[in-house]
Amino acid sequence: MDAFWIILTASLAATCCSLLGCYLILRQMAMVGDAISHAVLPGIVIAYLFTGSLDSPLILLGAGLFGVLTTFLIEFFHRKIRVQADAAIGVTFTWLFAIGIILISLFAGQVDLDQDCVLYGEIAYVPLNRWITESGYDLGPTTIWTLGSVTILILLFIGIGYKELFLTTFDAGFAAAIGISTSLWYYLLMSAVSLTTVAAFESVGAILVVALIVAPPVTAYLLTDNFKVMLGLSVLVGVVASAGGYFLAVMLNGSIAAAIAVVAGLLCGLAFLFSPTQGIFRKRSTLAEPVDMQLQKQ
Amino acid sequence: MIVQVKDPVIEVHDLTVSYDRKPVLWDIDLTLPGNSLIGIIGPNGAGKSTLIKAIMGLIPVSSGYAKIYDQELKAVRQQVSYVPQRESVDWDFPASVYDVVLMGRYGKMGLFKRPVKADKDAAMDALTKVGMQAYANRQISQLSGGQQQRVFLARALAQDADIYFMDEPFAGVDIATENAIIELLRTMRDNGKTIIVVHHDLQSAVEYFDWTVLLNMRLVGSGPTAEVLNQELLEKTYGGKLTVLTKVGELLRKKEFPARENPAKATKWKR
Repeated sequence: MDAFWIILTASLAATCCSLLGCYLILRQMAMVGDAISHAVLPGIVIAYLFTGSLDSPLILLGAGLFGVLTTFLIEFFHRKIRVQADAAIGVTFTWLFAIGIILISLFAGQVDLDQDCVLYGEIAYVPLNRWITESGYDLGPTTIWTLGSVTILILLFIGIGYKELFLTTFDAGFAAAIGISTSLWYYLLMSAVSLTTVAAFESVGAILVVALIVAPPVTAYLLTDNFKVMLGLSVLVGVVASAGGYFLAVMLNGSIAAAIAVVAGLLCGLAFLFSPTQGIFRKRSTLAEPVDMQLQKQ
Repeated sequence: MIVQVKDPVIEVHDLTVSYDRKPVLWDIDLTLPGNSLIGIIGPNGAGKSTLIKAIMGLIPVSSGYAKIYDQELKAVRQQVSYVPQRESVDWDFPASVYDVVLMGRYGKMGLFKRPVKADKDAAMDALTKVGMQAYANRQISQLSGGQQQRVFLARALAQDADIYFMDEPFAGVDIATENAIIELLRTMRDNGKTIIVVHHDLQSAVEYFDWTVLLNMRLVGSGPTAEVLNQELLEKTYGGKLTVLTKVGELLRKKEFPARENPAKATKWKR
């Protein structure tokens, strides 16, 4: 049963991360996901100091605020101060993450958090921390409930804003010209990334979050030309990596989070080699036939 | 020479735009007539794209304002369409030609709504107008430059607007596409639309546009093409660089060496 809970947790985290990652990599902003996943740390610590619990919704709020603050800072450095985008990302998130680390070490006695947990996660402990009602009924691991709610929120967000997210990602200029607010959708997307990161960090850790934001969408991107298919495929890849990673970790008796990231990377490598359109070993026959020739045949 | 029109569709007043506190457009006062094909001409860095972006409210202005149909831009947003520069998007994006053209309908659809049959028909209709119906399911990365431009044009057509702003629609397209596009723009004008085109080729400008705006950070000229495109104003717009240009043009004409294909022979899109 523990295996089931662990794989389910990783799969839920993978679903959220992969879906949002599709938009991030197409906006050439994958590293913003990286930045947010680290920069939310001070928000988590501060919220934890106030509430004394990691399960409180305030944690999500505190971290979410810091996530949005990160994107604001990156945009500010990039647009107003005219620092290169990647440099702006690098400065912002290392700074915020370091503040988080200092806060943890300052309040080490009061905070049940440590750097290792933040970076690598403790997915093996997920089944231990259960939500048990007052009447003694066992509702399963608490993480499943948090991650499950966040997954539903992300699915709703993408379902409702599909058109707007698609258009602002592809062509922000045209979107703005027809009256769709590009900055609104940008910050909504970044808030969603922050929320996902926080919900996932406790169980899977910041490093796996980065892997799940980038690797499954890249794999899907190599395999399809259709954006909807890309969204679906990236979730599938994320779930396969979660299950595969768990069994790999059991086999090697190693870290589960790291094994998941390794499997995600391997899947990406396979897609790179065998992609029908861009792969190294693609077949000649899959090259598209010019439309003119198709028309002549008709 | 700046001709102001009565009942303009676009009115620009005292417009100044700057990047990094450096002005790129300075004190533009401009009125443009409706139902016409308008060219914005000037050298590189003259602020041509900046002008149309400022009119559409895509970039912040330092001072002044632009009005469309004598109203704030927000009130008439649905009547205005935009064809951005081809290079402004990533053509490796996982989308089909049809997906991109359907985006032209997004503004009318609103949040929560999915495209209905009317939207799908409008998208296919627009693709037919630019002769790309056979490419509807193509992935956009497989298109040539001219085909990409036609797709962008189809997306604007699908929006069924009244005013179209186009940023360098003839840049890097083949001659067949260029002729087909100008043919389409003329049909649109004859149907009562107003089309404002950022353009860099002087020779074709003479034959393409009813109205010409000459721009080089400041407004140099605005009026009917025949009146505005004269030696004096062109020199003011381009500085010394133009003498070389005109000489080359005269030389070509003397040798009766056609610089451009005869537009009458151009392949036309089927309608």
